[in-house]
Amino acid sequence: MAACRAVRAVLVKCGKSSWTSVPRPPQTDRQLLSRQICVSSAAWRKNLAAAGPEKFSEEYIKKQVEEFNIGKRHLANIMGEDPETFTQEDIDRSIAYLFPSGLFEKRARPVMKVTVQWGEDGRPFHYMFYTGKQAYYSLMHDTFGKVLALEKYQDSMRNKGLFTKDTRQMSLTGSRWLLKEELEELLVENISDHDYTRFLQLMERLLSMPYCAMEEEFVQRFRRQLEVQSSKQEIPAVQHDENGVAFSQAEGRRKTAKASIKLRDCGTGSITINGKSYLLYFPVLQDREQLMFPLHFVDMLGRFNVEASVEGGGHCAQAGALRLAVSRALLSFVSAGEMESMRQAGLLTPDPRVKERKKPGQAGARKKFTWKKR
Amino acid sequence: FLHLRGHKTLRKHCTEKYHNITTWTSKLCLFFPISTQTCHTELHAGQYYTLPPAHMRTLFPHGLPPRFQMQMKTFNEACVMVRQPALELITCLRKADYSEPALRYVLYGEKGCGKTLSLCHVLHFCSTQGWLVLHIPDAHLWVKNCRELLPSSSRPGRFDQPIQALNWLKNFKTTNEHFLSKIKTTQRYVWTKRESTEEGRPLGELVDQGVSRVKSSSDVVGALLRELRLQAGGAAEGAFRLAVAVDGVNALWGKTTLKKEDKSEVLPEELTLIHNLRKMLRNDWCGGAILTTLSQTGSLFKPRSAYLPMELLGEEGFDNMDPFVPIPVSNYSDKEFESCYLYYLDRNWLQHPHSRTEDGKKELIFLSSRNPSILERLCAFL
Repeated sequence: MAACRAVRAVLVKCGKSSWTSVPRPPQTDRQLLSRQICVSSAAWRKNLAAAGPEKFSEEYIKKQVEEFNIGKRHLANIMGEDPETFTQEDIDRSIAYLFPSGLFEKRARPVMKVTVQWGEDGRPFHYMFYTGKQAYYSLMHDTFGKVLALEKYQDSMRNKGLFTKDTRQMSLTGSRWLLKEELEELLVENISDHDYTRFLQLMERLLSMPYCAMEEEFVQRFRRQLEVQSSKQEIPAVQHDENGVAFSQAEGRRKTAKASIKLRDCGTGSITINGKSYLLYFPVLQDREQLMFPLHFVDMLGRFNVEASVEGGGHCAQAGALRLAVSRALLSFVSAGEMESMRQAGLLTPDPRVKERKKPGQAGARKKFTWKKR
Repeated sequence: FLHLRGHKTLRKHCTEKYHNITTWTSKLCLFFPISTQTCHTELHAGQYYTLPPAHMRTLFPHGLPPRFQMQMKTFNEACVMVRQPALELITCLRKADYSEPALRYVLYGEKGCGKTLSLCHVLHFCSTQGWLVLHIPDAHLWVKNCRELLPSSSRPGRFDQPIQALNWLKNFKTTNEHFLSKIKTTQRYVWTKRESTEEGRPLGELVDQGVSRVKSSSDVVGALLRELRLQAGGAAEGAFRLAVAVDGVNALWGKTTLKKEDKSEVLPEELTLIHNLRKMLRNDWCGGAILTTLSQTGSLFKPRSAYLPMELLGEEGFDNMDPFVPIPVSNYSDKEFESCYLYYLDRNWLQHPHSRTEDGKKELIFLSSRNPSILERLCAFL
């Protein structure tokens, strides 16, 4: 019982936040503790405010470390493990077991850890502690160390007479540098834009040297793969009807309009929409131009016959839906390179724009009522 | 054979009886001016020919479509393409027997296919052959937008349209000057207490009567039509052939937008002009031909996609017009499109450099779907 209370008393902090000073009785006396529990939380909070901001004095830190160790032993007893060989990992595991949390932010979950960054003698653990951003500067230092090492290696090769410029180069296509947010996450530190730029410049410098392939592993840690967009496209299957003529079917959508088409090969270039000729169905030139765009892009204007059925939306939306459907159906008749160029032309991207909803207190989605000064 | 309804059988019969329309001979689609009309055969199909300007002013004071008039003004010439429907009509006219009752021909097709221009082409042919041309440019103009609607002086329950009748009489006078002195009236017409036209007077006097006395112009039109009907293909001495050309004939049997004073709708029969025209379109007279076009463009209360005779004429109209020779007019074929494209190129109408390439041509074919009017509108801003 007392052990639980002691654990709870120590476990007031979570993650990165600072120590909260817990008003604790000088002895872990049961009676005193019981008296402490009767104190209301309101009085407890008032006490905190009166004490002022915490001061990281030496005795304070020593006390906290002692408490931590005692709490650790108690925790080990609770979990039924040996207190002497109870490591930080075991502590983490036990806390996650005893206090399961549904919070998504990992740093908001309960944690029991000594995160003080300097040892008992007051000297910081990390050699770059006094820079303020120790992880970032140590990374820059390491990278520059590697640059110097590469230069040294280059010189030694030159001395031996084995220097060649055409060494194995790293393949950097299909991958990108870490974003600033990703780098911050990696280093668990805040970085300014200027720092990020300097980091990228140093990396580029490293990559510009010959023999950089030796540090490939190090560099790849800071690169992420780009997904190949065009491999995600679904190509509709080419079917053959009774006469052996190839055709493909596809669907397309835009705003509220839905279109589904059948694209037949060896045709005259006629287009039928809902049984009508496209000239009758789309009297506006712009809609016919939209229809023409995918076929004209791949230079197959007079080759296909299109039978389309479309419903919903207005005439522009229907034209857009048909255009998307025709581009998708064309994918099965077109090579991979052309597919990539179609994707880049924007023919295969469904248009995500829909009508924005009207908000209360406004006349429309964006339009406000007349503003009166008084 | 004229009482057959199915248009396919009738056409086949016509073609068998009159002429074998052969297939195209593949020729270079050049255009060149042909001086004489009568040389037109299928060999010239797809080629352009120029109408002499003198003829234009007399024949077509009011008949041509407005966009074609604009093109005429721009190019300083009137160039018309020789197309298959017009050729068919001309061959039919050449081979027809004019002692039999007049044949009715109906040109029908989708919007912007070239029905009115084909009609004008055929009328030009008729006038060069020396026929009397009775051209009503757009029958729809007579059933809508009329400012003055007078109750008829001669018959109760009918309405006159003085302005329209006056305009038409003026244009008729311009077209058929030389006939007006030759034809004589067969009956005495009394217009008012003091005015009348005696028997045996030249038609010109009748027309002048209508032009000067606006109130009785509609009746004058009726009288004129009656005279022409009686005298067409008649005695050998003053024999002439009558070509009655009505553009937008479906207006005669549709609805009107005109209203009487008590806001009730006016039926087409109650209009003098329409009534007389309907009498004209009955094939109870000989010595001529009736050439008509269906038109959705000016029509009232008809959907845009309607182009077949049944849809546009309605039950009543179809019964009245039947039997007729239907002649479909369609979009340009490949050859005709080539010809039109080359014509525009030659006249420097297509300014954009891309339009001179093969790619540009394919784009034009697609966007206009080979429809003549849409192609013309497209090229207008290239």
